[in-house]
Amino acid sequence: MAQSILHTAESRDKSDHGWLKSYHTFSFGGNYNPERIQFGALRVLNDDWVNGGMGFGEHPHDNMEIISIPLSGALQHEDSMNNVAVIESGEIQVMSAGTGIYHKEFNKNADEPAEFLQIWLFPNQRNVEPRYQQQRYSDDIFKNKFKQILSPDSNDSGVWIYQDAWFSIAEFDQETTSTYALKNKVNGLYVFMIKGSAKFSEQALNERDGFGIWDIDNVVIKAFKGSKILLMEVPMNY
Amino acid sequence: MDKTEILIVCSHDEILKTIVRLINSNTSMRGTGANTLEQALTLFKSTSFQLVLIGAGLKPEEEKELIENLNRLQRKVPIVQHYGGGSGLLFTEIFKALGKKTPLS
Repeated sequence: MAQSILHTAESRDKSDHGWLKSYHTFSFGGNYNPERIQFGALRVLNDDWVNGGMGFGEHPHDNMEIISIPLSGALQHEDSMNNVAVIESGEIQVMSAGTGIYHKEFNKNADEPAEFLQIWLFPNQRNVEPRYQQQRYSDDIFKNKFKQILSPDSNDSGVWIYQDAWFSIAEFDQETTSTYALKNKVNGLYVFMIKGSAKFSEQALNERDGFGIWDIDNVVIKAFKGSKILLMEVPMNY
Repeated sequence: MDKTEILIVCSHDEILKTIVRLINSNTSMRGTGANTLEQALTLFKSTSFQLVLIGAGLKPEEEKELIENLNRLQRKVPIVQHYGGGSGLLFTEIFKALGKKTPLS
């Protein structure tokens, strides 16, 4: 029987560092809520707003699949693997932190905020060699239809990570009903409403709400006009 | 108030320093770092730790050997794999392992 959990936008913890405002769906940093630690392998879902010209100084990561999806503006990225890049809205970036990396990221624009989702998944193996990948997904038409932007397979669509997870994204300019079939029945699906509203099965969702559902084969999605939705299929045995 | 003693085992020196610094920034905790299996076991025998965090870099067989030896020495001490290498998940891992309902409980 299907099980589900709703995380409304208002229920998220908020950190305000002046230059950074971050809404945490799950416990992060100094915010600790034993009832809100993860959804399966999905451990971090931060909705970050970075002021113009500001950003995260050099800091380490290890053993985590770190995915960034800019929603507006652009981020300048530099890391200890000698990657120097700019990621902007319409792109997805992934770092497999593995045995350890350093990186820093700043809002590239001095005069406008950058808004991005920072998503961390537990890896399916520890201490892998660190890797970086970035890809533009918005060049292809994906209006009113979910487009896969992440998978565990380097030969599949989108970027790949060390986890049996699949992400898809869509933007709707008309009311659309579709069905998402899980790739693996032991996985769950976590939905994040980037914009607008939708219904998943019978659950109504509004902007920045999160909704997890598992013990299902597929889910019917009714997306309303003006909505933008991120789907994250992740293993639940974590 | 006695501080919660935490042993961090991580072979990546810079990440180890970062985690120890972050733990020691909390006035109720004291972090001690070890970057090898042997060093971790030596420290564990000399200090009464309440928690062991295993960070990046140990080989799977070293992690297994470490856990087996720690359990043999003191089975009640929780041993947790640390993920993320920084402040993002660290305190949740600690609070959860220590069974805390809130950071102050």
